[in-house]
Amino acid sequence: MENLIVIYQALPFLLQGIITTLGLVLSALALGFIIGVPLSVGQVYGSPCIKKFIGIYVWFFRGLPILVLLFLFYYGLFNMIGLNLSAFMAAVLVLGLRSSAYQAQIFRGSIQSLGQGQLLAAQSLGMSKGMAIWNIILPQALRMSIPGWSNEYPAMLTESAVTYAIGVMEVLTRGNFIASRTYRPMPIYLTCALIFIVLSYIGMKILHILEEKVRIPGFEE
Amino acid sequence: MKRENELILQVKDIQKSFGGKKVLRGVSFDVYKGETKVVIGPSGTGKSTLLRCINQLTFPDDGTVWLRDQEVTHHNLKEINRFRQKIGMVFQDFNLFDHLDAVRNVEIALIKVKGMGKKEAREKALYELKKVGLGKQALLYPAQLSGGQKQRVSIARALAMDPEVMLFDEPTSALDPELIGEVLGVMQKLAREGMTMIVVTHEMGFARSVADEIIFLERGKLLESGSPEKLFQNPEFERTRKFLFKLTELYGDINGYKQ
Amino acid sequence: MIDWSFFLEILLPSLFEGFLMTIKIIFWSIPIGLAVGIIIAVGRVYGNLLVSFFSKAYIIFFRGTPLLIQLFILYYGFPSIGIYLSPFVAAVIGFVLCSSAYHAEYIRGAIQSVKSGQVLAAQALGMSKFSAVLNIVLPQALRRAIPGCSNEIIYLIKYSSLAFMVTCIELTGAGKIVASRYFTYTEVFIVVGAIYLTIVSLATKALNMLEERLSFPGWENKR
Repeated sequence: MENLIVIYQALPFLLQGIITTLGLVLSALALGFIIGVPLSVGQVYGSPCIKKFIGIYVWFFRGLPILVLLFLFYYGLFNMIGLNLSAFMAAVLVLGLRSSAYQAQIFRGSIQSLGQGQLLAAQSLGMSKGMAIWNIILPQALRMSIPGWSNEYPAMLTESAVTYAIGVMEVLTRGNFIASRTYRPMPIYLTCALIFIVLSYIGMKILHILEEKVRIPGFEE
Repeated sequence: MKRENELILQVKDIQKSFGGKKVLRGVSFDVYKGETKVVIGPSGTGKSTLLRCINQLTFPDDGTVWLRDQEVTHHNLKEINRFRQKIGMVFQDFNLFDHLDAVRNVEIALIKVKGMGKKEAREKALYELKKVGLGKQALLYPAQLSGGQKQRVSIARALAMDPEVMLFDEPTSALDPELIGEVLGVMQKLAREGMTMIVVTHEMGFARSVADEIIFLERGKLLESGSPEKLFQNPEFERTRKFLFKLTELYGDINGYKQ
Repeated sequence: MIDWSFFLEILLPSLFEGFLMTIKIIFWSIPIGLAVGIIIAVGRVYGNLLVSFFSKAYIIFFRGTPLLIQLFILYYGFPSIGIYLSPFVAAVIGFVLCSSAYHAEYIRGAIQSVKSGQVLAAQALGMSKFSAVLNIVLPQALRRAIPGCSNEIIYLIKYSSLAFMVTCIELTGAGKIVASRYFTYTEVFIVVGAIYLTIVSLATKALNMLEERLSFPGWENKR
């Protein structure tokens, strides 16, 4: 069938998009993690002022559609302050900041479910609050967060396609490019869909293995 | 002796296997109107399965069940639902409907299954709840009730359907000791009023004072059956005697329940 | 500093049109998506092998692929097989399919958390399985699913903005058009953002109130 031939010819171009997509997804997740952990600590242990500020940050980044965030930052704010980022970098930044808001909520939930006892015990041994959080609270909370956090990966993966709107050359953008040239949208889009499903599946399997490896014995809900 | 000539339930040669393991190997008995039959036996001998085969919550591999002169087994689902209205069941875990308060738990089947009007159903439901001593708790939700109260609601719920026979599947096994009495008291009253009952239980005091006949089920077969006096004082089989002795040792001889 | 004439004469009227379209989209997508989600969830849990398999595949496809691809397939792809959907219809169908898959997962989890003994008790009273699921399981499962489904509804309000990508001009699309014509992205999207934040905040409050209204004593208890 000509459809299969079209797909076969399109594949190299599409597969290059995988590198972009994965790069985008993993970078944004990493950024979200690096910012999200301190945010969650601030939400649980911070002063009322800090809690308020973080609350507004979370409300802002969770309340707006991705598309609006991308347009606002990439076409608007970045230009205004003279920040000249490529579409890819801007996407990483925006998706990363947004992810940090969601991840902060996940980690916050885990930290809070640990209860006060752990912190009190650590402090009674003479640890400072900071030491206690770093050595006792976070290792447990982060492990507990893995199931919830695992959902961030497929979510970010499917959301990465929205960056098409600002021209990031990820899988869907490339797919669109080919579809408009070959006038065969269906097989191309379905192939793109398949690529995403495969990426999602592989990622989840890896996360599953990770979850097993760091599991603390007896630490089920 | 409450034995009258009216034969209410007949269980004929029930067989059931689960995953290759034969749990019931041909159990048969008759239940007469007003009789209280108590089924005892070691755990895992299929006592619960037997009860569930009677109201078809489990389909037996072989054998038949008869309600009066109609066969209960081998029917389509619609017919089975009709039979189930006549056979009441009380579960070990109560299985109350968590999202409904007590009175609505009792009336929902009256409305949805029997097609009763809302007012009539509410009246009947309150009546049944009062009979088990829970008139004041009608508007409480299961989460707000004690175990004994939950079980009494579930008895009221089954009774509201005016069944011909009541099946009790270890009704007090999930209860704290001090709550057992209130449930046994209700069951005792039911038996005195002439309800036909089949009770699976470990409560030997109840069995001795209320049962018309005790059935000893061991390894899927009915080993021995007879009146309480016969089984407790002069059983045919040594295994029966040993089991009864062990039970009485473990659970004691509860003679006085709260009413 | 703020160009009020631009704001009042150009921006707000255009945004208002877009805002109405957004409301229209979510008005149709939310209830239908929820209804379909319930059906898929029930099919997944109680259906026979075929129905259950189809439900599972449906959920995997619509949760595992980007919504944007689904929209493109509906709007740009379908014409090649002879189905022509308007931008609005394509968008709504896409949102319904996608959100229903997420709803189905939440509801499925909730159904499975309702103690199965209650179904047994209902059947012992003479209820058919269908009646038991309808009257006993679903009232509890749907309440338990409210947090998850509320979440998904909020998401839908936000991803309604993707309708723009299939040429259905809703709020975000209207903003982009004005912004690119007058090159005032920052101002425009601050306003657009503010509108979304308001809608989302109101919806969140409303859903929280709904959850409160529907709770019964002991409903948080699981298994």
